[in-house]
Amino acid sequence: MTLQYLIETLGYKPLYKPQGDIEIKDAYTSDLLSDVMGKAPEESVLITVQGHRNTVAVASLAGIRAIVLCSRRGAPDEMLDAAAQEQIAVLSTPDNQFTASWKIARGLELV
Amino acid sequence: MQTIPINTYTSPTVILELIYRLKIKDVMSRNPYTASPESSMRDIQKLMREKSITGVPVVEGKRILGIVSMDDIIQALDKGYIEEPASAHMSRNLIVLEDDMPVSFAITYLDRHRYRRFPILNKNKELVGVITSRDITTKLLMEINKEIDTMEKSQAAAQPPEAQLEGKRVYRIRKHDFEKAGVASMEIKKRLKAHKIPSPVIRRAAIAAYELEMNLVVHSNGGEIISHFFNDRVEVTAKDQGPGIPNIEDAMTEGFTTANPWVRSLGFGAGMGLPNAKRVSDDFSITSQPVNGTEVKSTIWYYPTPQEVL
Repeated sequence: MTLQYLIETLGYKPLYKPQGDIEIKDAYTSDLLSDVMGKAPEESVLITVQGHRNTVAVASLAGIRAIVLCSRRGAPDEMLDAAAQEQIAVLSTPDNQFTASWKIARGLELV
Repeated sequence: MQTIPINTYTSPTVILELIYRLKIKDVMSRNPYTASPESSMRDIQKLMREKSITGVPVVEGKRILGIVSMDDIIQALDKGYIEEPASAHMSRNLIVLEDDMPVSFAITYLDRHRYRRFPILNKNKELVGVITSRDITTKLLMEINKEIDTMEKSQAAAQPPEAQLEGKRVYRIRKHDFEKAGVASMEIKKRLKAHKIPSPVIRRAAIAAYELEMNLVVHSNGGEIISHFFNDRVEVTAKDQGPGIPNIEDAMTEGFTTANPWVRSLGFGAGMGLPNAKRVSDDFSITSQPVNGTEVKSTIWYYPTPQEVL
């Protein structure tokens, strides 16, 4: 699945998008950043409601390529600045974590 | 609208240290003048004039119900309900802060919202004070004076740049400095990457470093992350100045946590930090004493050790 799939097919709104398309190979859903840190796979998309700078730090360290903020959560400017620095995509959706998870699972052809 | 011209994450280190070290309770005005929900808007206007204040929390006992600001009074005069009770016209849409949050939180909130003051509650949700930008600037100026005085007396030695992999770096970590949390881990990651260490190894080192760094931010009274790079391994050590871990076995148990609610609301404090750090480390040690604090050391080898190859 590519980042473009999230934007075009699922209609997720990009708040920050790095140059070029990004290949996403897996996904992880959690609001506990320590859990994300320990268990999220690399080259994945993180599905969460945690919209702040630390989410980007965790994503970068864990090798996550995109963050989907659920339930219309926005991202403060400092989060987007950090995302630009670390080249991690940030998207927003009205979907909750469950809905985003099954939609993305379909995009990853896991279901 | 008033703003405080202090950027909460790019300001000089001394300022950042101050705004994270100082708690809201160190800065706020205590025992604010309050009004009951039955008091009229007129009573509150009088109170404001007598006490030269521009906002009055409306309380029942120690519980805050709303706030009446100068704007609310002007509206009341304009629309002719100045004799009506505060309960009918106070602002109920409140943003409150907690007294043990760092001052940086108050600065961010004052800058981000149009409110000129925030009521401050203690752990038991009781109103204990009010914070305005004036409270913050006054206290900060006093503290900055002290800091400059100290700085003039002692010059910090600059750390050398790292062109080669081997070397040592020390990062000072401040209590509750969430905005800068991760800087040490990011630099460790970048340094390993620049020297072409395999990426799964970098990931493990980054996880260990980040968890130890977050632990200092969340739990310690402040401390250091020391990254020591060798030609075959990196050692990440976290040292703090207390308060110490009463029971290390508990702390090493996944899900055990002593983090407070607002730390948890950021997605941390789930009781996974130390277990995560241990899991990704090749060698891991932890010692803790009530007074001297805690020292955790994580070692990660760049390439499989001979035993693993066999």
